[in-house]
Amino acid sequence: MQKLLPLLVAIPLAGGFLVPILGRLTGTRRGAAVLPILMVAAVLVLSLALLAGPDETLVLWIGGWEFPIGISLLADGLTRYLLVIVAVVSLLALLFSMDYMRQYTSPSLYYGLFMLMLAGMNGVVLAGDLFNIFVFIEIAGIASYALVAFGTEADELEASLKYLTLGTVASTFILIGIAVVYNVTGQLNWAKVAEAIAAGGGPSMPLYVAAAFFLMGFGLKAAMVPFHAWLPDAHPSAPAPISAMLSGVLIKACGVYALARVVFSVFGGSEVFGWVLVALGGASMVVGVFLAVGQWDFKRLLAYHSISQMGYVVLALGAAAVMQARGTSEAVVALAIFGGLFHLANHAIFKSLLFLCSGSVEYATGTRQLKLLGGLGRKMPVTGACLRIAALSISGVPPLNGFWSKLIIVLALVLGGFYTLAVITVIVSFVTLLSFAKVQRYVLGGEPTAAVEQAREVPAAMCLASLALAVLCFASSLIILPAVKSRLVDPAVRVVQAGPPPRAKAPPRVVAAERPGAVAAQAAVPPARLERTSP
Amino acid sequence: MTLPMLPYLLALLLLVVGLYAIVAKRNVIKIIVGLAILDYAVNLILVLVGYRTTPGAAPMAPILTGGMANEPALVAGAVDPLPQALVLTSIVISLSVTALLVALGLRLYEKYGTFDTERMRNLRG
Repeated sequence: MQKLLPLLVAIPLAGGFLVPILGRLTGTRRGAAVLPILMVAAVLVLSLALLAGPDETLVLWIGGWEFPIGISLLADGLTRYLLVIVAVVSLLALLFSMDYMRQYTSPSLYYGLFMLMLAGMNGVVLAGDLFNIFVFIEIAGIASYALVAFGTEADELEASLKYLTLGTVASTFILIGIAVVYNVTGQLNWAKVAEAIAAGGGPSMPLYVAAAFFLMGFGLKAAMVPFHAWLPDAHPSAPAPISAMLSGVLIKACGVYALARVVFSVFGGSEVFGWVLVALGGASMVVGVFLAVGQWDFKRLLAYHSISQMGYVVLALGAAAVMQARGTSEAVVALAIFGGLFHLANHAIFKSLLFLCSGSVEYATGTRQLKLLGGLGRKMPVTGACLRIAALSISGVPPLNGFWSKLIIVLALVLGGFYTLAVITVIVSFVTLLSFAKVQRYVLGGEPTAAVEQAREVPAAMCLASLALAVLCFASSLIILPAVKSRLVDPAVRVVQAGPPPRAKAPPRVVAAERPGAVAAQAAVPPARLERTSP
Repeated sequence: MTLPMLPYLLALLLLVVGLYAIVAKRNVIKIIVGLAILDYAVNLILVLVGYRTTPGAAPMAPILTGGMANEPALVAGAVDPLPQALVLTSIVISLSVTALLVALGLRLYEKYGTFDTERMRNLRG
């Protein structure tokens, strides 16, 4: 099974270059989507096969070079969970793009960048060492900067510049964190770094400095308040399917996943990290939703809600870390992590659906200003119904998926003794409901305005993509059933909960006391292979 | 404060200079230069992490010369090659980012006729 892991990166990466070349050779516009859709379908099948497989940690040393020479791909429960989410949203976003992207020129370049972004995200979740996480974040990042600017109008370029500047600062911080970690532990493979840290009796002072850089870097990538300034510009400026990808999966794979991986699996979720995550998540949740309420641009409103909803996820994970440190029962800790990860999947579904609906509305009417819209519920019945389902889902109305994950988060917070946070979470949920009541009132309700007179239902492929996500909004509620939960989410929860490897299993620390320690580790390399130590 | 810490402090200073340019400057080109300085600072830090000298000997490049006979001395004294490999990758990434930034800057200049970010303020709120 682990032989297939590289395909998850290789297929989209090949697509990133093949699609533009084939597009140039054949000159096709409509057919440009065929190859990407087939490739992403293959990635989805592979991801599902991984998820259905036995719950074990698969490690592949690339090229057969074992530790400490080689670099590895690693698939554990958390990775598989993320892979499936990314693949599902990507496939439906591509399906939506087929017709939507007819408004733009050079579709094959668009699909090429899309595939490159997917390759980057799959790489981030699969990478077995910190430096490759950085490299894949940059691959996904560069593709997404270009995609945000894809319209090449003034707004798009401005948003892309802002996104690119802050994104590069973020990855610089991540790289500094990696440098410090390497200096202290002499390792890059994150499992080995975790062992080295655990063997040293928890993080030392320099490692806290590294952790601060990681938190700033990944916090910027995940658009946590106060690092959120770029998101409300960048996400609305992209074409709608890309907004769905950025908000739906990119900030999760490159931001929240990497954050969770570094905090929980590498440093170990101590109380300090827990409180930092709680603060980041809580601030994002509250600030995001209150900034969202006042917005009149449909997509900008959705973008602020992305900040707020990702706050829920980070808050739940942070609370879990604090509970673990305080010695709250393991079941409650697991519940909090489950709530966070469940909400992460739900947010991927309903937020990409909301962005696709906003794309459909813009496609049909040419505007996304809420005040200019109205009466679309009758003009566009399918899109209207999907939008209603997604809006109810994000506001946490039963029996849709958003309700269950928020309920679990609140429940876990109450059981863990975080009464104030639980109340804030409920209040934020009500404000979200309020904000989406406004969306429904202005977009769907009322009499058709001048702007929507000519509006008609969007083409079938776009409807199909929206409908599939709307069905998923209902279907993913089923994760709440213990039988489904234990199959889909519990492996991921166990990975986060288990944290770094226990101290007893850690090998003797290879780090020499004198600076720099790393050469000592390489002394163990057989002489014949010495000249190949560099990756 | 001993002298060996000095290169790190200078690299950190460079980092701060780059961050200052990004945060405080309004000109797109100056922001791009700031990002380049930031990248150089990180690359320097990475190279410094791998640097070491043996007392009484010149710093040794991690290159195996003269066959395997040289190997023990190399393992004992050469600088760590791994951060250098990381720096190579990082330089390639910053090159592509810079290219993208310059392209964006030029496109923005076509739209606005200026490099001043204060006058590119369509997006607010």
